[in-house]
Amino acid sequence: MDYFLELFVSGLTRGSIYALIALGYTMVYGVLGLINFAHGEIYMIGAFTGLIAATLLSWTGLPPLAVLLLAAVAAVAWAAAWGLAVERVAYRPLRGAPRLAPLISAIGMSILLQNFVLIAQTSDFVSFPALVPEIPWLAPYAAVIGATEVVIMLITAAAMLGLTLFVRGTRTGRAMRAVAQDRTMALLCGVDVDRIIGVTFAVGSALAALGGVLIGSHVGQINFAIGFLAGIKAFTAAVLGGIGSIPGAVLGGFILGWTESFAAGYISSAYEDAFAFFLLIAILIVRPSGILGQSDAGRA
Amino acid sequence: MGSPLLRCLAAALAAGCLSAVCTSASAAGDVIRLGVAGPQSGDLASYGIPAARAAELAVREINAQGGVLGRQVKLLVEDDVCKPEIAANTAGKLVSDKADVVLGHICSGAAKAALGIYRDAGVIAMSPSATNPELTQSGQYPNFYRTIAPDDAQARVEVDFALDTLKAKKIAILHDKQDYGRGLAEFARRFVESSGGRGQVVLFEGITPGAVDYSAVIQKLRQSGADAVIYGGYHPEASKLVSGMRKKKIELPFISDDGVKDDTFIKVAGAFAEGVYASGPRDTSTNPLAIKAVAAHRAAFGGDPGAFYLNAWAATQALLNAIAKAGTTDSTAVARALHSEFVETPLGKIRFDARGDAEGVGFAMYRVQKGVYVEVR
Repeated sequence: MDYFLELFVSGLTRGSIYALIALGYTMVYGVLGLINFAHGEIYMIGAFTGLIAATLLSWTGLPPLAVLLLAAVAAVAWAAAWGLAVERVAYRPLRGAPRLAPLISAIGMSILLQNFVLIAQTSDFVSFPALVPEIPWLAPYAAVIGATEVVIMLITAAAMLGLTLFVRGTRTGRAMRAVAQDRTMALLCGVDVDRIIGVTFAVGSALAALGGVLIGSHVGQINFAIGFLAGIKAFTAAVLGGIGSIPGAVLGGFILGWTESFAAGYISSAYEDAFAFFLLIAILIVRPSGILGQSDAGRA
Repeated sequence: MGSPLLRCLAAALAAGCLSAVCTSASAAGDVIRLGVAGPQSGDLASYGIPAARAAELAVREINAQGGVLGRQVKLLVEDDVCKPEIAANTAGKLVSDKADVVLGHICSGAAKAALGIYRDAGVIAMSPSATNPELTQSGQYPNFYRTIAPDDAQARVEVDFALDTLKAKKIAILHDKQDYGRGLAEFARRFVESSGGRGQVVLFEGITPGAVDYSAVIQKLRQSGADAVIYGGYHPEASKLVSGMRKKKIELPFISDDGVKDDTFIKVAGAFAEGVYASGPRDTSTNPLAIKAVAAHRAAFGGDPGAFYLNAWAATQALLNAIAKAGTTDSTAVARALHSEFVETPLGKIRFDARGDAEGVGFAMYRVQKGVYVEVR
């Protein structure tokens, strides 16, 4: 039972990170119909920004929790700015172009961002400080769960809740749903489509950056290439759960995380990726638009 | 006017071109080209940069003493990022740039991709670090040599250490599914299973490099009841595994290979690196040539050299010495010289056996103590 619990927590942690990144993929797809392949690199940039901010802040002698919060805020703000910039440079000029053009632009942007960080920072693996302070009453359970895992899960839950409230309850959220449903009609109804698309990118990037800071703290090291595999897995999670659906992205993330964790724990970790993608294929055969996705026929 | 003038001009042009070709051909004969192929950038650059520096400094010394066969040695440094696809391109480039001999490649996977190209072009390649045993033992690459013992010797040292010194009975073996790591892990498994009951393999798993987190396999480690872990692979994954294990309060001895016996591992894993074991080339710090080579690095680059520096220095010396002894850059003659002539290097007096492995080079066990790798006697 212990072992099962350990794998469950491990899958939940991994799934939370996938969910945070997948939310960005799914929101951009819902609003623009575009897979933002550069999103994984935003996650990586968030991790690096968090590291730089945390290092600078740790010299000011603030308590660790304050350092974590401020570093996260810095990472989120900077990544949101990057997201906006990427949208402006790589996707807006191609707004009316055939679907393939922005896709290729996205891939190019991904390569550009990776190499930019490689040159601007370093090709080495960099040590990331454990920003989350130890929780004393959690110590006996250290084998199963640690403070960082708890924080990751809480933050993902909060992000999910916050995003759902934002999309359901605010005017901007309603405008986002309108643009996702029918962009031209939303434009005719007076929605500033450019601004809404910008907000979508900013929010998605902010969540990915949060994931980056958390995973850096959890694993202890980051590198310019971490965005690649994480991006692919998160994209898989988004598609699994139904691309375009926000609860779908989160569900997809958790399902992917648990599948990988249990496959690694009970079968073989050499095949954990194979199991994850096998699951994706199986689900897409049965439900082509993903678990919670609406088929294109249902979109206005 | 038209025709005769044109014909004259054409003849003059042709003569000019021919003489230019002749001068460049003789200019080519005045230099010996040593190709250096390895990662100069990317996440494994810390394995390739010291080798390139060793070649640079060794060649500088040799050129200052008059070069080889009266000719200066020129370096052709190429970056293969330790990736097999890129290594094949690098090899093609070095061959077309007329490299006489090559120091490289650094990573076993990259070397495997490149050696066929060098073999077909008749170019000898010597690696200071590629330890996959197949490279010399399969017989497919008679043009390949190395100044480091192959992985089966390394796996032997690790397994003997785990079973005899640490007295571990249940060994968990992990690897990163790539040529170097998996090769080592397979040898380690074979040695443990044929140890006459002194130990058994309770877990044999591959992990994906670059994955988001490894907690599942770490939990599996605990579940398997192992009392020691042997990991085959490079330092990024090793440090993720070790820090994950220690955070989950798994205090098993972690034994790894020369890919992890690197200061970058200690830098990245920080406090979690304490107590980690790694096998690496034998300590040569009392060898006078080694002391000189390290001093040269400090003078030129400030700071101590990184992994495989002395091996690369030894390889450079061995290659150039063989050319000198053979009296030509023809690969058959150079090969004969490599097999028969001894050469004094920072690793000791070495020469190469029929398969291309260096005689007189071995592995030892190291442990991280107070943030530094110390040899375990």
